[in-house]
Formats: sequence, structure tokens, C-alpha cells
Amino acid sequence: MLSETGVSPKPSLPRLTVDGLHKQFLLHGQGGLEIDVMRDLSLTLHAGECLVLAGRSGIGKSTLLKMLYGDYRIDQGWIRLHFDDGELDLETLPAYAWHGLRRDVIGYVSQFLRVVPRVAAVDVVMEPLLARGADENEARQRAETLLARLNLPERLWRLPPGTFSGGEQQRVNIARGFIGEHPLLLLDEPTASLDAANRDVVIALIHEAKARGTAMLGIFHDEDVRERVADRLLPLDGSLGSPAATSQSFRESLS
Amino acid sequence: MKKPRLTRPVLLDVQDITRLYGPAKGCEAIDFRLHAGEVLGIVGESGSGKSTLLRVLAGLEAPDAGRVIYRRAVHEPEAARADFHEPEAARAGAGEDVLDKGELERDEAELDLYAVGEARRRALLRLEWGLVHQNPRDGLRMGVSAGANIGERLMAQGQRHYGQLRATGQAWMRQVELDPGRIDDAPRTFSGGMQQRLQIARTLVTRPRLVFMDEPTGGLDVSVQARLLDMLRTLVRSLGLSVVLVTHDLAVARLLAHRLMVMRRGQVVETGLTDQILDDPQHEYTQLLVSSVLTP
Repeated sequence: MLSETGVSPKPSLPRLTVDGLHKQFLLHGQGGLEIDVMRDLSLTLHAGECLVLAGRSGIGKSTLLKMLYGDYRIDQGWIRLHFDDGELDLETLPAYAWHGLRRDVIGYVSQFLRVVPRVAAVDVVMEPLLARGADENEARQRAETLLARLNLPERLWRLPPGTFSGGEQQRVNIARGFIGEHPLLLLDEPTASLDAANRDVVIALIHEAKARGTAMLGIFHDEDVRERVADRLLPLDGSLGSPAATSQSFRESLS
Repeated sequence: MKKPRLTRPVLLDVQDITRLYGPAKGCEAIDFRLHAGEVLGIVGESGSGKSTLLRVLAGLEAPDAGRVIYRRAVHEPEAARADFHEPEAARAGAGEDVLDKGELERDEAELDLYAVGEARRRALLRLEWGLVHQNPRDGLRMGVSAGANIGERLMAQGQRHYGQLRATGQAWMRQVELDPGRIDDAPRTFSGGMQQRLQIARTLVTRPRLVFMDEPTGGLDVSVQARLLDMLRTLVRSLGLSVVLVTHDLAVARLLAHRLMVMRRGQVVETGLTDQILDDPQHEYTQLLVSSVLTP
């Protein structure tokens, strides 16, 4: 494949296109208050590429990732996945179809780990593989390899992450997000609470994912990390945020 | 990258179900489909009609209107299939010409829950479905041993070998984290959490394809609840169960359900992916429900 820049050759197939996306929250409890958080957002993401969402902090960049993951409803606009044998429009996808899509296609490293009581760290990490029917021993081995790479002390592997520090929880979360090797990966501040050594591990994981052809869309506050992983920046100041309220998750905006 | 196969066969087709005891008491015009391998949560406050709906779906209470269609055709375990049919019906199908056989197979593949007779409906609940009651006393036989409780549904499927039944009973007690040494003890000597785990073992031992759960963690201490939730998650995944789960607890719904249906005053006000319902609720009532939850 030809590469114009002479940097790493990139397959030019788009894996994801977003066109004219809008998002508005309507809060019934606040007398029908309408909050516009996204206006006319469009983007294209290619296989093997990491596109970084740029814009001032608190503008609501996570909203886009949540819409791509089916967490927030798509009210207006188009989100389309491209496969070798056809396309898939997410805005019209029935709810049940998202189960398989999340299992096999779209991975998500959220900002915070959702802790399930009693479930050990290693089990949290291997769950995406088990959901695909993977062999348990194999899944466990891969989970442990990832946790070791992310320098999570071995004595923590069999413990539920509820009592872990923020950084330790985040590493469990990252391992869980990367273990499935989804072709499309959404990264919401994966390096936020990590020290320099672990940041380097995450950057290495991102580079390996690129080499596999993974398309990634990420939010990174750390400028150094951003520079090392981003193939392109997508400036969002024009299409995200609202004068009425910025960066509010639904729950925050209700209270 | 190939397009993934996202369609899943419909296991339960619920068409316009109404069961009213009075105005807005019960459930009204409920219409949805449960797909194979899916955990559907029905959430709402008490009096929303969710338990009435579950009773109708589980074959316990005939609706005033509407149909519940169970699609048996997909991934049917051979043994259960052979055992399920009344012998007359099975014999009638054998050796008939192609056309007749086709008719019969169509008849087998789809079962209209309240169009078939009581006996067949009961057989279905005993052999292919499972029901977990909120109160384990409703699902267990309190006077007979734990082992007999687990073995009962297996015996109803035709298993008679005492040693095998006992071994299966012990294996399932281990599976639900009960001491197999207590296989001969009556459930009334167990704690509430242990009784609930025993009820789950009793229900799942026959590997039902479809399980109905009514507030399975209700009435349990929080620490006991966590243990049960973790266990249910693992069982649902490893057995590939399809589940209809009724709960008023949104945290339980978040952990167990893939998809949610929100009910209020007998009607469904909103449906969607569990995350979407809880993180981006659209309906006024769902927003109120979600924002009223205390998060420690």
C-alpha cells in the first residue's frame, strides 16, 4: 500500500464514519430543560489509525464515545461502520443487536471501572473473552499476562478491585478493554491516573493495536501521550459544549 | 473485517398482552420479543404490573387478551424434545407423509402458551422453562431434603438412577456454593440466602432454556445479595440462558440485564439497552426513577 507521508503505512479503508451528529438532553424534571451538547459533528476513522478528540476540558468529549457505544441514544445524525462485506448503521440498530456488536466489534475503555462486588480483578479482565466462549484457562492466561504487563501486583489479581487505588482500578479497566482486541476501540482517558511507567505500557498497547489494524478514537488529556499516539487530532470546540451547561453527564445535570 | 452476525432467533414473542384486575392495575398492551441468550430486565416500582406480566409470561396466569408464543425450534436439546411431547402426538407424527410431517413440525416449532392445554403448559414449565420466585419458600419444598429438591425436576424428566441423582445434587450444591455435606438437610434449616441458592440449583439443574426470575435478590442482606448476583451472572453466561428478570432494583438490573423494559401503571414506558436506559433515559418517569437512586 502506498503511503504519502512515508510514516507508517496505513490502510485507507474507513472503518467508521460519523455524519451530522447532534445530541440534546431533555430534562423533564427540570421543567423540560433542553441542553444541546453536540452540534453537527462529523468524522472518518480508518483502520490502524488513532484519532484523538481535541477540545477544552469539560466540553463533553465523552458524549461522543458514549453515543458510539450505544450508551447514549443517537437522536439525529448517522454513525456507520464499514465492513469488508457491507455497512452497518448504528442509529437504526435494534437494542438486542448491540449485544453482539459490543462483544465482537466495539470495545470501550471507560474512564472508571464499574466494580462488581466479589468478582476478582483477573475475572473482570477475562470476561470479554469468556463472553465469546473462549477457553477459561486460555482467557485467564491472557488476562494475567496483561495485568503483569501493566504492573498490577500479583497479590491483587485474585481480589475484587473495589478496594484498589484509582490507578490500580484503571489498569484493570485497561486490561479488560484491550484483551478482546476489538477492531474498533474507544478510549476515554485511559492514562489519566497512571504513573509514567504505566503510561508507557498503555502507549505500547495502543501501538500494538494499531499494528493489528485496530481503529481507535480516544480522549487523552496528557499532551505527551497525545503526541505519541495520535495520528490525527479532531478539533471539537465548534461542535461540542453548550452555553447552558458543559460536560455534564445526565446524572450530574439532574441533581 | 467481516460484518458480524447480530441477529438472534426470537425465543419468546409476546404479543399485546393485557391482564387487568382494575383500571391501571395489572399490565396492558405489552408487546416485545426476547431473543435467544438475552437477559431482559423488567423494572418499575411496586404496583407497576411487572410481576403480573411475569406470571402471564411464565404460564401461571392467563391474559385477558394477547398471545405468548414460545419458539421451540432453535437449539433444542434432543433429550428434552423427545421427553416433552405427549406420546400420542409423537406417535401420530411418525411415518406420516411429508406434508403431514411438515404440519406437525410447524406445530412443534411454535407453541402458543395459552392455546395449548394446561397439561402441556405445565410440562413446558417443568421441562424447558424455569421459574425463580422471590421467596424461596414458594419455589422449594421445605419439608424434603435439599437433594430431593434438586432431584425433583430431573425425576420429572425421567431420571430414576438414585446414585446419579445424588451426585448431580451434590455437584449443583457446590455450583451454588452450598456445602454438599448438607444434601440430606431440609431447606427450612438453611438461611434465606442459602435457600435462594438452593432454589436456583433446583431450577437450573434441568438446564432450562428460558428462566423467569421474580426479584431473585429481594429480601436478602446486601452481602448475601452480592454473592448471589455474581453467581447468577456466571450461570447465565456459562449455561447460555435466556432470562426474563423482574426487579425494582436498578443496580441489580445493571449487573444482570442486557436490555431493559421500564413499566409504570401497567404499561411499558421505555425500552432499550440497559446502559442507555440508565445513562440516557428518555421518558419522564425513567428519568425520575434513575435520578432517585442513592449512590453510596
